Amino acid sequence: MEFSGRKRKIHTSPHAEHYAHALQFYEQPPTENICLSEFETFAVDRVKLLKTVENLGLSYVKMSDDYNKKLNNEAKVLNFPYRPDSDHISHFILRLAYCQTEDLRRWFIQQEVDLFRYRFNDLGREQKLEFLHRNNLQYNAISDKEKVALKDQLISSSYGLSGVTIEHQDFYKVPFQDALDLVRARKVYLQAGYVYIPHQDIITIVLNDFRTKLSKALALTARSLPAVHSDERLQPLLNHLSHAYVGQDYSFQKNVGKISLEQIDSLSGKSYPLCMRQLHQAVRENHHLRHGGRMQYGLFLKGIGLSLEQALQFWKSEFIRGKVDADKFDKAYAYSIRHMFGKEGKRTDYTPYSCMKVILSNPPSQGDHHGCPFRHSDPELLKQKLQFYKVSPSGIEQVGESNFSLNHPNQYFIESQRVLSGGKDIKREMETPQRLQENSAGSTAAREAANASQDLAGMTDLDSIFQDP
Amino acid sequence: LETIPPLPDLLPLYYRRLFPFSQYYRWLYYGGVQKNYFQNREFSFTLKDDIYVRYQSFSSQAELEKEIQKMNPYKIDIGAVYSHKPNQHNTVKSGTFHALEKELVFDIDMTDYDDVRTCCSAADICSKCWTLMTIAIRILDRALRDDFGFQHLLWVYSGRRGVHCWVCDEAARKLSVAARSAVAEYLTLVKGGEETVKKVVLTDPIHPFIRKSLDVVEKYFTDYAHEQAILGHNKSVDKVLALVPEDILFIDFQSEKTPEKRWDLIKAKASMKKVGNPKQQYFQEEIMLQYCYPRLDVNVSKGVNHLLKSPFSVHPKTGRISVPIDLKELDKFDPFAVPTISLICEELDQPRTGEKESEDKKEKENENNATERRKIRDYKRTSLAKYVKYFDQFLDGIACTWKGELLKKSGML
Repeated sequence: MEFSGRKRKIHTSPHAEHYAHALQFYEQPPTENICLSEFETFAVDRVKLLKTVENLGLSYVKMSDDYNKKLNNEAKVLNFPYRPDSDHISHFILRLAYCQTEDLRRWFIQQEVDLFRYRFNDLGREQKLEFLHRNNLQYNAISDKEKVALKDQLISSSYGLSGVTIEHQDFYKVPFQDALDLVRARKVYLQAGYVYIPHQDIITIVLNDFRTKLSKALALTARSLPAVHSDERLQPLLNHLSHAYVGQDYSFQKNVGKISLEQIDSLSGKSYPLCMRQLHQAVRENHHLRHGGRMQYGLFLKGIGLSLEQALQFWKSEFIRGKVDADKFDKAYAYSIRHMFGKEGKRTDYTPYSCMKVILSNPPSQGDHHGCPFRHSDPELLKQKLQFYKVSPSGIEQVGESNFSLNHPNQYFIESQRVLSGGKDIKREMETPQRLQENSAGSTAAREAANASQDLAGMTDLDSIFQDP
Repeated sequence: LETIPPLPDLLPLYYRRLFPFSQYYRWLYYGGVQKNYFQNREFSFTLKDDIYVRYQSFSSQAELEKEIQKMNPYKIDIGAVYSHKPNQHNTVKSGTFHALEKELVFDIDMTDYDDVRTCCSAADICSKCWTLMTIAIRILDRALRDDFGFQHLLWVYSGRRGVHCWVCDEAARKLSVAARSAVAEYLTLVKGGEETVKKVVLTDPIHPFIRKSLDVVEKYFTDYAHEQAILGHNKSVDKVLALVPEDILFIDFQSEKTPEKRWDLIKAKASMKKVGNPKQQYFQEEIMLQYCYPRLDVNVSKGVNHLLKSPFSVHPKTGRISVPIDLKELDKFDPFAVPTISLICEELDQPRTGEKESEDKKEKENENNATERRKIRDYKRTSLAKYVKYFDQFLDGIACTWKGELLKKSGML
């Protein structure tokens, strides 16, 4: 598909009619032969594209005018896909690279879905319908009679629907399981297990469909991976690609033992991001923390270098001051702390949560102290907190617009420590300006504390990966 | 507080003579429509000394009974139906043992309302704040039935401070994690942790679901607010005022002393607001919802493999049995009238009345079924009877769906 819009000519290729329209569900794998260098180039270019999609999704509201314009421009700069078949092939190559772990799959699916959404929205109304019909998407329109009966409900269910717009478009009755995003956000009328979707919103269902199919396909791909890896030409490239995404997960064990428990209080004042400071304070004050908070803070502590023994000591000493006696602690809480360190159950060595994870999963509810204060707190309360923690007034104003790329609480900690110890290794790289949606990250607070530009090693620069010896 | 005989003494009696095993099995067997549905179901037990064992599974009702009577669990949890027998999960090839299906469940816990109830906190409940559970059940039951189309809902008192809902429809049992979380989010209106002051924000258009939920809350709110003295003491008044837009914070409460008049004042200001700033026009509704709308724990509902306390399990701290709640009598439901294990065990010891004696004779005539019959009669002599009866009615309801399925499978439909 033409990334940049409707006026450019579609390049012809041997499979022209097959690829007349490059937007697709990627249901059939490609069958052509390509040479190894094309294999590599296609893959790398697509990763760059998906990375762009990811970054823009952090800085701008998805599908907003800014977002679309930027993505359009960036795609032109990348000049990818050069042809519809390179799009097709590169997608399937990346399936091989990103099917192996839950994290990789999740990332790949998220970016592909966003890319698909962007491309679909770029189509005209007729083209959209044509695409849906060509892909056999079954949906049933309700009768006019039913529409009239439901008119008031339909109007009050969807933002932007009026009596007039309802009259002039079809509504589709779809089982709620096929429209989860709309149900989740309560953007649509739901009755007896069916949602009533106006034609203009059909994209959400299409995306759901796409996501589900891709997810299943990746699971299948993972099973055939051993065969692929046995091809020596492919294995190194595929490994490079998947590491290009993962970046740092701050689970390194090399930090262990560098922190002592006595230091924690002062560290929390100097080098903790706001979310962790909040959690630490809650622990000290209440001598307790609920599960969500224990996970978020506990894993952070692991990431900054607390050993299992130290962690057990820390939590136990606090909980004992609360309502929990030593016995109960050993029975009820010690297990989950050991679990965090990979010493129980599945023995997974859990990695500390990134900012995205903190913000997007498990929002705090009554009685909780976890989450991201920049996302989950009242703006007023947040202001007060920042004042309390001695962020300067100008710093507080800037929390609305920041230019810093912070995406992991442990990254904040490391940077802060580095600066405070007069670090020599700070790189002065600024890539694409980043900020989290709506409120910004603890970024500005971080900047206040660290007072330097930041190390963006966590954000991938693909070229550096491929320059490895 | 009366001295309660310790649980270890009562549990054996409970499990031998009172626990309704045949109804329980009838439920989880689901008509045998799906092969091994019961056999692949995970149970977990909490035994004495806080020993917790997972991945228990049983091949028949008899085995279930035998094991429970042997272990006398303090608490029983029900988990998912897995791909293989849970008690053999270690023998299964790594990665292939996984949860397949489970009822869609909800857990409403009174502790989650601590910031908005003045009568109790933490694990305590009373008749005043129990209204919150009533409201929660009405709102969620309506939504699950009318909006989502579910029909077979079992509401259960947790035994101490909350209620659970088990949605047993086949479609519900087959829901994915994503679908469960979407349902839970659809049903969520109160958001935010300790740091959030305003937990409900409404904007136009007001979705029919919210409208209908407000209808329920409105029915109970005035009385509830009065009982909680939300607008009585200064401290709680301040909490309410924190939810009111700044420019009408100027509510002069000094002139109005009674909570009812104060709420009227708020309502009056609210109706004036409706023609003003669109962002603040629903603050009255937002207040009502923040104080009364159900707060559910999304994590409980999300996971297919999440374990939840079983109906008819005993609550170790209160001794109360987790009994099903008959929604037809919901407004009369009193958690403090729910039978405790010591009560029903006591009731068992009471001498039999005259009308039972003829049954005694019949029993002697047919020794084969003696044990069964004695057991059936046993719970009927106790306060547990009406709850088991209600459970039976619930099972009759789902049984219709099984019959349809079985006929279909045998090719007769």
